[in-house]
Amino acid sequence: MSDALLKIQNVESYYGPIMAIRGVSLDVEQGQIVTVLGANGAGKTTLMKTISGVMDPEKGQITFDGVEIQGMEPHKVVAQGVVHIPEGREVFPLMSVNDNLSLGAYTRNDTANIEQDREMVFSYFPILKERRDQEAGYLSGGEQQMLAIGRGLMARPKIMLLDEPSLGLSPLLVQEIFEILRRLNAEQKVTMMLVEQNAAIALELAHVGYVMEVGRIVMHGSADELMQSEDIQNFYLGVQEEGVREERRWKRKKTWR
Amino acid sequence: MDFFQLLVSGIANGCVYGLIALGFVMIYKATEAVNFAQGDFMMLGAFVMIGFGNSGYWGLPFGVAIVLTLVVMGALGYLIDRLLLRRVAGESQTAIIILTIALGFVMRFIAGIIWGHSPQSLENPLAGQELRLAGITLGMEDVAVILVTVALTVGLFFFFGRTKLGLAMQAASQNQLAAYYMGIPVKRVQGFIWALSGVVAGIAGILFATKGSVDPTTGLIGIKAFAAAVIGGFGSLPGALLGGLVIGIIEPFASRYMPAGYSQIAPYALLLIVLVFRPSGLFSQLRNKKV
Ligand SMILES: Nc1ncnc2c1ncn2[C@@H]1O[C@H](COP(=O)(O)OP(=O)(O)O)[C@@H](O)[C@H]1O
Ligand SMILES: [Mg+2]
Repeated sequence: MSDALLKIQNVESYYGPIMAIRGVSLDVEQGQIVTVLGANGAGKTTLMKTISGVMDPEKGQITFDGVEIQGMEPHKVVAQGVVHIPEGREVFPLMSVNDNLSLGAYTRNDTANIEQDREMVFSYFPILKERRDQEAGYLSGGEQQMLAIGRGLMARPKIMLLDEPSLGLSPLLVQEIFEILRRLNAEQKVTMMLVEQNAAIALELAHVGYVMEVGRIVMHGSADELMQSEDIQNFYLGVQEEGVREERRWKRKKTWR
Repeated sequence: MDFFQLLVSGIANGCVYGLIALGFVMIYKATEAVNFAQGDFMMLGAFVMIGFGNSGYWGLPFGVAIVLTLVVMGALGYLIDRLLLRRVAGESQTAIIILTIALGFVMRFIAGIIWGHSPQSLENPLAGQELRLAGITLGMEDVAVILVTVALTVGLFFFFGRTKLGLAMQAASQNQLAAYYMGIPVKRVQGFIWALSGVVAGIAGILFATKGSVDPTTGLIGIKAFAAAVIGGFGSLPGALLGGLVIGIIEPFASRYMPAGYSQIAPYALLLIVLVFRPSGLFSQLRNKKV
């Protein structure tokens, strides 16, 4: 047995007859930030949903902190210390920022520590403190993303699953949020699994990266290795211009399979 | 001073409509199902109370009968979710609607078997008492209905806004998927909401039976309460109560000041007017629902 905090082995997930995850295996070590890169439709969100229990895998094993969590109900997975920060923020729009944060701590009963963590969240996201009594639906996209992350932190997770936190945000805001993620990892020791289409920013933050295509992992390595890789540079970091893309796509198949 | 008496009795009726409407909206928001048996639920609550409290049946002390009624109705709501609704979860809206309509028929049938088909009223300590205020005479029952509704509203407000379970219920109704991500056991929370709506229906039934007589078809006033919920926007709990009050107040005035028969139509005429001129109340809420 390896000592990975999160260990995914040969997981397959379906939408009805459609196989969206085709035998994925990956490891996340304690304290690491692991990123999963992939284009739209690669299956990144499905993989996250399968981990957090919103979807059940047809096959495979997901072990978290020594416990098998595949097929477990979502609220039990959260209680294990796995928090999913979904694509598109998914805040509770008619509730205040404060109530959203309280709901993040739903599985906990240690009231005093919860209030401490609320202050911790406010220290990382001062804007949330300013807006604490406002309805979450009225926040800007960036503020909602901060709220979604803060709400996730309120569960005091052992691992955070972040699904495209950069989606739809300005480059400046993305920088700001990723800097906070880096600090959370360094200062609060939060392990993270980060799914992104924005490979440049994700590889800059992460220690380890996986590349996913049509439901499969096609490549993995340290973030530095991936950043050096010609394929990654061409297809995910946009080093080449558009024209050569199609041709490269064909060539890449040879290198990866 | 006739005006005030009409107004107060209209408000009291409106409270009952409003409480039934509250049940509609609570269940709709949390589970996306419209429970068309909500009116029959109220009727059942009234009969259960009569069964526990009236001297012809068990004849228990009034307070004991109330507590038992609310317990029975809460349990019934929970069991309906647990044994029936959860089995059709994921089916089409139509299937769920047909199921709840059928449930209403079953409740009417069962009530008829147990308590018979002739109208009965609840023996209660307030019967026939009057309150005289500055020259106005008000029925004590009407006053009690209004006070209980106000107290219940305040209680629900704090429950939904301040308690952990109440917040979780709101969360599950605003964004079900995110509620799962927060570790909220959404199915269990929905069961609680059915239980709570059973309790609210029980209270509505007790209030209804305090004011007038009940028979197994009484639940059909659920249609008026449904109109009230729609008028209120079908998404907000305060809206449901207000919609109920509007309908409750319109009825006695229509029957008093308009030609015979109009009072029966008035609530639905209002419903049509609202739907034609202010459909946003209804439809914006429908669009906002997460699927
Ligand atoms: N609810 C769904 N029903 C059917 N197919 C779906 C559903 N959600 C996603 N898919 C399909 O599963 C594949 C993976 O989707 P997803 O995990 O959302 O990808 P990503 O997050 O990488 O963009 C896609 O081909 C998508 O069309
Ligand atoms: Mg996605």
